[in-house]
Amino acid sequence: MKKAFSILAVFSALLLAYATYQALVVAPTERTMGDVQRIFYYHVPCAWTAGCLFCVNLLASIAYLTWKSSKADALAVSAAETGVVFCSVVLVTGPIWARPVWGIWWTWDMRLTTTLVLWLIYVSYLVLRKFSDSAQTPKLAAVLAIFGALDVPLVYFSIWFFRTQHPQPVIGGGGSLDPRMLRVFLINLLAFSFLGAMICWWRFRLEVFQRELDEALALEALLGPDGLPQVSARSRSPLGKSPSATGPA
Amino acid sequence: MNSIHFMWAAYIATWAILGGYLVSIVRRYRRLQREQKDLQGKGFE
Amino acid sequence: MSSIRSITAATLVKDIRLEWRSRDAINSMLFFSLLVVVIFSFSFDPNAEESRQIAGGLIWVAFLFAAVVALNQTWARELRNQVLDAYRVSPAPASALFIAKALGNFILVSLLEALMAPLFVIFYNLRALGPAWQLIPVAILGTWALVVNGTFFAAMSIRTRSREIMLPLLLFPISIPAVQSMVEATRVILTGDASARFWIVLLLTYDVVFTTACLALFDTILQAE
Repeated sequence: MKKAFSILAVFSALLLAYATYQALVVAPTERTMGDVQRIFYYHVPCAWTAGCLFCVNLLASIAYLTWKSSKADALAVSAAETGVVFCSVVLVTGPIWARPVWGIWWTWDMRLTTTLVLWLIYVSYLVLRKFSDSAQTPKLAAVLAIFGALDVPLVYFSIWFFRTQHPQPVIGGGGSLDPRMLRVFLINLLAFSFLGAMICWWRFRLEVFQRELDEALALEALLGPDGLPQVSARSRSPLGKSPSATGPA
Repeated sequence: MNSIHFMWAAYIATWAILGGYLVSIVRRYRRLQREQKDLQGKGFE
Repeated sequence: MSSIRSITAATLVKDIRLEWRSRDAINSMLFFSLLVVVIFSFSFDPNAEESRQIAGGLIWVAFLFAAVVALNQTWARELRNQVLDAYRVSPAPASALFIAKALGNFILVSLLEALMAPLFVIFYNLRALGPAWQLIPVAILGTWALVVNGTFFAAMSIRTRSREIMLPLLLFPISIPAVQSMVEATRVILTGDASARFWIVLLLTYDVVFTTACLALFDTILQAE
């Protein structure tokens, strides 16, 4: 497993490098926007990857509530954290793109606003996980993930109607894409999806490692280094010494 | 500000955010490995 | 079915009676709401036309903060007296407890709103150009939207550190579509620009979706504490 991971990690890095080369050098310059348009090759694939990761979190949360699998919960938190990172990239590159092209840093259009709300919901998810000490944190977090998922379509509709009332500039405009640009876009989409999966996998391994270590530490505190139950010196036989009562020096 | 500076700003920001997160994962991993070694050193696994 | 109703009613009556006897929570909340209205009126001093545009946002943000203050103490009494443990071992369905708490909060927050709203009308010299009666369903649905999720997240926050800040942290992002609907509906009714129908329907949808979710998942939360 470890070897496969290393190979895939290297492949992912190479793919990202190739995709970036395509985006910066090979892709033709856009007619109206100029070179700034190349941000598109990073911005949209990251949004797509973040969305996929949040879906993974939702499925893992449901799996946890259904089967109480600890691995499902580890996957949920990994996907959520990685998703927030990619979502942050989207929220940073979006305004950087919008400013030179449309003269505004921000607009309440559907994609940007939905991304922002998703980011807020999942940051609150991570805060809940961090601030909640109880052993039932995974359950609470899973419920919050479900609430977040129920919220997203409502957010979408409310902004859609808001936009029909307050028409605003469309960022990341529609329209068809030059086939050469489409090719570069798809390469970057693949590269970022791969990168997202790899980072999530790495985070998952970290989470599993952390939990195993926590279990080992807990066992050590309970049983002592030689595997015997830690008891106080008093309850031991009054004749014999109590070798493990003092615990690790 | 030339618009190409915005493009570079976006690309660098992307690498910074993703790279920063990767670095934090690696550091946490190394710290866990050290803790595991300490635990093994105490004679318990 | 009758057991759910009777448990709900009993819990609700008990809460109201306890609150009415001590009245300290209500009094401090009332004063807080008044302060919020005054501070907002100081900070934003629009003319008549502007005020119709922005009053919706100001009023509902003020209500949101007042609601959070009310929601934060939802489970405080239960926590102090280990009532939740009793509920866990009783055969009473958890949804009955949740509905009772949510209704109690709804009554409390509605009371706060009923007192704050006239003050806003006075300070901003508001006069609705659209159908003013529509503000009532907006207020009812909007308040329920905040209260149902707020009561649920308050229960989730019980065992977290920084409990008081945890509730708004969880509640605000999820409430964004509801708050937007309330604000837009109020704005549209005050200015008479368009119909508030879409927003009212969206609020109704939001209420149905999240009331169902809260009822379905409250038992999970209760067992988790």
